[in-house]
Amino acid sequence: MPLLDRSGLIPDPFTRPDSSADNDPAAAAIIVPLADLDAALAARPAGQRIGVDVPNNAVPTTIPTQGGIDLIAVAFPKFADGRGFSIANALRETGYTGTLRATGALLPDQFALALQCGFDQVEIDDARLARQPLDQWLAALGDVTLSYQSSPDGTPSIFARRSEARKAAR
Amino acid sequence: MYRYDQYDDAIVRTRAAQFRGQVERRIDGSLTEEEFTPLRLMNGLYLQLHAYMLRVAVPYGTLNSKQLHQLALIAEKYDRGYGHFTTRQNIQYNWPVLRDIPDILDLLADVEMHAIQTSGNCIRNVTADHFAGVAADEVEDPRPTAELIRQWSTLHPEFSFLPRKFKIAVTGAQDDRAAIAVHDIGLQLLRNDAGEIGYKVLVGGGMGRTPFIAKTVRDFLPKAELLGYLEAIMRVYNLEGRRDNKYKARVKILVHETGTEAFIARVEGEYSANPRPSIQADPAEVARIAAYFAPPEYETLPATSASFNAARASDPVLDRFAANNLFPHKIPGYTALTVSMKPVGAPPGDASADQMHQLADIALRYSLDELRITHVQNVVLPHVRLDDVAAVHAALVAAGLETPNAGLITDIIACPGMDYCKLATARSIPIAEAISERFADPDRQREIGKLGIKISGCINACGHHHVGAIGILGLEKGGVENYQITLGGEPGTDASLGERLGAGIDGDAVPGAIERIVDTYLSLRTNEDEAFIATVRRVGLDPFKPALVATSEPADALA
Repeated sequence: MPLLDRSGLIPDPFTRPDSSADNDPAAAAIIVPLADLDAALAARPAGQRIGVDVPNNAVPTTIPTQGGIDLIAVAFPKFADGRGFSIANALRETGYTGTLRATGALLPDQFALALQCGFDQVEIDDARLARQPLDQWLAALGDVTLSYQSSPDGTPSIFARRSEARKAAR
Repeated sequence: MYRYDQYDDAIVRTRAAQFRGQVERRIDGSLTEEEFTPLRLMNGLYLQLHAYMLRVAVPYGTLNSKQLHQLALIAEKYDRGYGHFTTRQNIQYNWPVLRDIPDILDLLADVEMHAIQTSGNCIRNVTADHFAGVAADEVEDPRPTAELIRQWSTLHPEFSFLPRKFKIAVTGAQDDRAAIAVHDIGLQLLRNDAGEIGYKVLVGGGMGRTPFIAKTVRDFLPKAELLGYLEAIMRVYNLEGRRDNKYKARVKILVHETGTEAFIARVEGEYSANPRPSIQADPAEVARIAAYFAPPEYETLPATSASFNAARASDPVLDRFAANNLFPHKIPGYTALTVSMKPVGAPPGDASADQMHQLADIALRYSLDELRITHVQNVVLPHVRLDDVAAVHAALVAAGLETPNAGLITDIIACPGMDYCKLATARSIPIAEAISERFADPDRQREIGKLGIKISGCINACGHHHVGAIGILGLEKGGVENYQITLGGEPGTDASLGERLGAGIDGDAVPGAIERIVDTYLSLRTNEDEAFIATVRRVGLDPFKPALVATSEPADALA
C-alpha cells in the first residue's frame, strides 16, 4: 500500500506475511501482529527487520519497544478516532526511537498532526491516494507551519520561539 | 486585553487559508462530506436547519470596540443583520453561505479573532468569569490562564480528534460566575495555606442528557504545573474515553464509569510518569500574557457619585436600571454595567448590527474600550464610571438595550430551539418570549428577585436547563411539544442539578405553571432576601408540585 513521509511517496521495504501461506522467512523486513511478535522475534534470521502492528486500543505502556523492534505501526480505523496520536506521543516519551507508522484512514489534513505527534510515515490505501493525491498531502504540510506545541523533529513551538527571543533580547 | 503577536496572527491567518483550501477540496470532491464535516466543525461551521451557522470565538468573552464593530459588519454583509450571543460567550451567525465563510474568517483575523475550535470533538473555546478583573472577591484574574489555555489548546496535534467535545472554564473568584462545575474541566484560582497561587481542578461536569456536577481531582495544583497536568488529563481521556456511543463519550461518563478515585489515580499516574517539563509554561511567558491584563488606567474617584445619586433620585427608570444591572467594581467610583440582551418578547441573546455598533461606541467612550459577553447571553461594560451611568443608560435607551432585568426572572437563557436547530425537539425561543411577556412588569420582577430560568429545546441541554433555578426542557411527545419543568438547579458556587417537578406539560401551559411556581415561592419565602433557589432547597419540591397543573388556566397564545 502507498507509504509516504514528509518528502513524498517512499518505497515500503516491509511486508506483512500471511502466517499460513506467504511466510517468507528470508524477507528482509516484516510487520507482524502484536500477538505474533514474540514468535517472530524468536525466529528472526540475522539482519531481518521486524515491525509490529498495534491496534489503537492498546495501552501504550504495554506496547513493546525494546528487543530490536524496528517499526511500530499504529492503526487508525477511522480518521475521527484520534487515539493513535496519543499512542505515538506516549511511545516517543518512553524513549522509542525506531520508525513510527500511522496506518489506515488518515486524511491529508491530519498529516502534519501525525508527524508532530512523532509518526515518521503514513500508510494509506490506493483508493485514498487516488481521491486525495500526493500533492494534497504535501500541500497540507505547508498549511499551518507554526504551532503552539513542540514537535519531535525539533521545530520550536511558538512558546519556545518567544522564550528564545526573550533570551536574545537580554 | 491580550493582543496578538506575529505568531498568534500567523496562526489565525494560516488557519483561515487552510479552511479556504478545505472548502475547495470539499467542492472538488477530494473530501467526502463525512470527512469535511469534522474539519468544518473544528472551525465553527455547523449545518443547521435552514443554513450554515458560523460560531465565532470570543475567548473568555472579552471584546474591544473595534472587534465588535467588525462583528457588526459581518452581520450586515454576510448575515441578515443579526448576531446571537451564546452560552459559551461566543457569537454565532445563523445565515452565512458556505462560499463566504473564508472571507468572514479573513475579516475576523483582521481584528485578532477566529472561529477555531468553537465546535467539533476538540478542546473548545475557553470561558471565564465575565467580571474578571472587576470583582472584589477575585484571588487572581482568570484571563491570563484562559489565554494560556487558548494558545496551548489551539490546533493541538494530539487532542484534535477526541472522543467528544471538551470544554474548559476558569474562575479566579470565590463566587463562581463561570459555572466551572458543569464543564469538562473547571479551574478555580486560589491560594494555599502557604499563600501560593494555584488551581483547584475539577473534571467531569456537564449537562446534556446525562448531567453531572464535576468532581475535584486536585485541591491544589501549583500554578506553574497547569499545562502539563491538563495534558495528563487529556491523554487519559483521549485514550480511554468511550468512542462506541457519542452519548457516552464525554469525560463525565469516563469519570463516572471509572469511579472518581480510580480516575484520579489514572491522571496522577500519567502525570507522575511524565510531568512534561517541556510543556509547562515558561514563567516569563506567563508574565508576558498577564501583562496584557494589567489593570487599565482608572481615574482616582470618590466611592460614590453625587451626580449619579441625584439622577437616580429624580429618575425612577434609571433607578430601577441601576438597582438591577450594576455590579460592584473593585475600583472606587466605577461599576460593571450589564446590558441585558433579553428585552421582553424577543429572542434571548440576539443583537442587531446597529446595536452592536452602538454598544461598541458606548464601550469606547465609557468603558475603557472593553466589553464582555456573559454565559447568560448578556453583554457587560466592565469599567463604567458611576458619574457616567446616566449617560450610558441614555445611550442604551437610544439603542433599545435598556432592559433592567439582569439576573431577574425575564433574564432567561434559551437555546435556539426548533426555530433554528436541527437537533431540537421543541421550540425554546417562543417559550422564553411568552414567559418574559407574562412577567413583563418590572416591579413584579424586582419583587420576585434573583431567579434564573433556563430553557433547552432538546435533551442536549444547550439552554442549561439542568442548572436553572427553574429549568424547562422541551421534548416531543406523540408529535406534540411537551415541556418538563425542573427546580433547584444552580450553575455557580454550590452548583446543583435541578429535579423534575412532575410530568411534562404543553407549551401553552408553561407560562401559567411558571407563574404558579413563582407565586408558591412568594408565599413560602421567609423574607425578601431568601432567593428562589434558597427556598427550594429549604422546603423541597413537594410544595411546588400542585403548581404544575392548572386548576382553570386559559390557554396562552404561543404563536
